[in-house]
Amino acid sequence: MIAALIFYMFAGLAVASGVMVIASRNPVHSVLFLILTFFNAAGLFLLLGAEFLAMVLVVVYVGAVAVLFLFVVMMLDINFVKLKEGVLQYLPTGAVIGLILLVELAVMFGGWTFAPDVEALVMAPAPTADQVSNTDALGRLLYTTYAYLFQASGVILLVAMIGTIMLTLRRRPGVRKQKIADQIARTGKDSVEIRKVPSGGGI
Amino acid sequence: MFEIGLSHYLTVAAILFTLGVFGIFLNRKNVIIIMMSIELMLLAVNINLVAFSSYLNDLVGQVFAMFILTVAAAEAAIGLAIVVVFFRNRGTIAVEEISQLKG
Repeated sequence: MIAALIFYMFAGLAVASGVMVIASRNPVHSVLFLILTFFNAAGLFLLLGAEFLAMVLVVVYVGAVAVLFLFVVMMLDINFVKLKEGVLQYLPTGAVIGLILLVELAVMFGGWTFAPDVEALVMAPAPTADQVSNTDALGRLLYTTYAYLFQASGVILLVAMIGTIMLTLRRRPGVRKQKIADQIARTGKDSVEIRKVPSGGGI
Repeated sequence: MFEIGLSHYLTVAAILFTLGVFGIFLNRKNVIIIMMSIELMLLAVNINLVAFSSYLNDLVGQVFAMFILTVAAAEAAIGLAIVVVFFRNRGTIAVEEISQLKG
């Protein structure tokens, strides 16, 4: 009963804030509602018993991705009201396609059952919570069976990081910057010169 | 009604996915909102994976959800970087202006 109410609270808030993400006029509000959606999805994950993923969702999505969105939205000086023009023009097409998608998903969920031998197909049976915690079980699986995929995802993140840095790095010409290597490479020979100054003459 | 089953979670995920698709149509001019819609869709997929993982007692679903999370984070970072660079060069992020970015 209580679990059901909590589920409906999380689900309802997730859907409502999802609507606000796409409907709100101000993109900053959109990002904030996206954060609320992520929080409620994390709550749903907790109800499903996936504690680690719930926490990862809060840390990675809310703490990194959503803040990145917020940062970009606030940094770019854009007239967002102008971008919002002509929304009603696309509304019918979007509504039709969204409705078709929803009906298709509903039909699929309505006429769908588990395979009869589904118990035999389980690849990595989840241990019960009193044996091993969810994080522990996930780590045991991730670092053994899926070690290569784990490494590959690390490579993906590295490539994304390098790509992002290279994309946004800009070298502006004509800016006087401190060149530390040149400074250190200077020797006394090319920086100090001893001149014989004749008295009364100057250099 | 008060017995929460797999279908409840799948319904939430389906609604969120549809919202993501709908958001792409609704905000066709604003790249940033389109990217947020894509994040919504990826979140819906993650809810599906975790729900199945929980109800089938199979941890692989959660492992895959984590990989999706990784890819989504990388995608968001690169996409936003492209948006920032484009805005620096053109002064706009309207989607129809990006049509000249054909490569």
